[in-house]
Amino acid sequence: MFPLRVSDIKINIKSKRLIGPINLQIEQNGISILLGANGSGKTTLLEALHGLRKLSAGKVEWAISHTLAAKEQTFVFQSPIMLRRTVSENLAFPLKVRQISKSVANAEVMMWAKKIGLEHKMKQQAVLLSGGEMQAIAVARALITKPKMLFLDEPTASLDGATKKTIEDILISASNDGTKIMMSTHDLGQAKRLANDIVFMHNGIVEAHCSKEKFLTEPPSKAAKQFLAGDIVL
Amino acid sequence: MNEILQGLIQAFWLILSFDSELITISLRSLYVTISALIISTVIAFPLAALLVVTRFQFRRAIIVTLNALMGLPPVVVGLIVYILFSRSGPLGVLGLLYTTSAMIIAQVIIITPLITSIAHQSMQALWADYRNLLISINISKMQRVVTLMWDSKRALITACLAGFGRGIGEVGAIMIVGGNIDNATRVLTTAISLETSRGDFSLALALGFVLITLAISVSFATHWFGKTERGELW
Repeated sequence: MFPLRVSDIKINIKSKRLIGPINLQIEQNGISILLGANGSGKTTLLEALHGLRKLSAGKVEWAISHTLAAKEQTFVFQSPIMLRRTVSENLAFPLKVRQISKSVANAEVMMWAKKIGLEHKMKQQAVLLSGGEMQAIAVARALITKPKMLFLDEPTASLDGATKKTIEDILISASNDGTKIMMSTHDLGQAKRLANDIVFMHNGIVEAHCSKEKFLTEPPSKAAKQFLAGDIVL
Repeated sequence: MNEILQGLIQAFWLILSFDSELITISLRSLYVTISALIISTVIAFPLAALLVVTRFQFRRAIIVTLNALMGLPPVVVGLIVYILFSRSGPLGVLGLLYTTSAMIIAQVIIITPLITSIAHQSMQALWADYRNLLISINISKMQRVVTLMWDSKRALITACLAGFGRGIGEVGAIMIVGGNIDNATRVLTTAISLETSRGDFSLALALGFVLITLAISVSFATHWFGKTERGELW
């Protein structure tokens, strides 16, 4: 499936450029963090890589066919999308549509519910839970099919420290189990905790793609320096 | 005022005495409308869901047409069905004119656009919430349709009730294609029409009260069995 190659992609809406041109290569292992200020194009790029956005130009290529790649990847959105079903049914949904046997699905659901600490709320309607709980369900639901690639768009943006920690632990564990993770954030601390490599975006362009250590010690652009210094990046 | 009171008393008496003619007419009303409702929902729900999840040429034209057909005059529908099934008509060979089958066909034509439009409206709103999730999980179009229909089930019950209300209270079309034949095609609405023209207002009112009671009972039963409007449920 890997590497994921991005060649000269652009996304325009009418005549306005949202992102691009972007060239990028994402390798199989670890956690890639897409870093940048609000409005830098992180969400648009992630959605483009996942196939949720139509490209105005360029190509997104996987080492396998797009059809096969689509089956091996999933996405967690900034605002968790909950089905109008119980916690248990939300977690089981991707397994059900893949026609996994009920006994296997139930065991997986129970394991993930325990991981996110919601095993006592299995029969509750998911939409009635707190934002953090819903996001934890969204992450667990995305990982329950053991995808090879997981995209996350600022999944912990509005969450408290404890919930953030739970989700980060799950992501580290999933990465160790072989799921490639690409996550956008504007939280530098989170990038430091999770990243193996960092993709830095500014004004719709990828200004740098390098290891975390290199990015932190030798910021590759003026905007990156400002971002690391905690200044306002315009 | 006196006639309304007399009508009420007569309605109670007809019900309490298990008047055989009233029971036959009521059951025929239910048979015609529920049959039409079942056929309509089989057409309307998948059609509405497909209109939500797929994009094709003339899609918008179909939606606008369906919305416009919600106000389809029943008498015109009756007239068209009459012409189609009359002896000299293209479907005259089927011999369905003045049968409950013709009445069912007329009702299907009248209520299908209504159910489709209401179902489309509710599923459209749900699709706005679910779209990204269902695409990211990479499920087939058919699975998307089934998911939308399942999670909109309570709104779809409302669509059914609207269709039932329109069907059970309909008189123009079924009078034309059914002919209001005693012991064959007479239903509550056509019987009310007949008794009114005969000047027997009390009996007409009694039948009217039975009709209203029937419609309300079906609504109550649907909500009861559908478990709508209960805590923690959509």
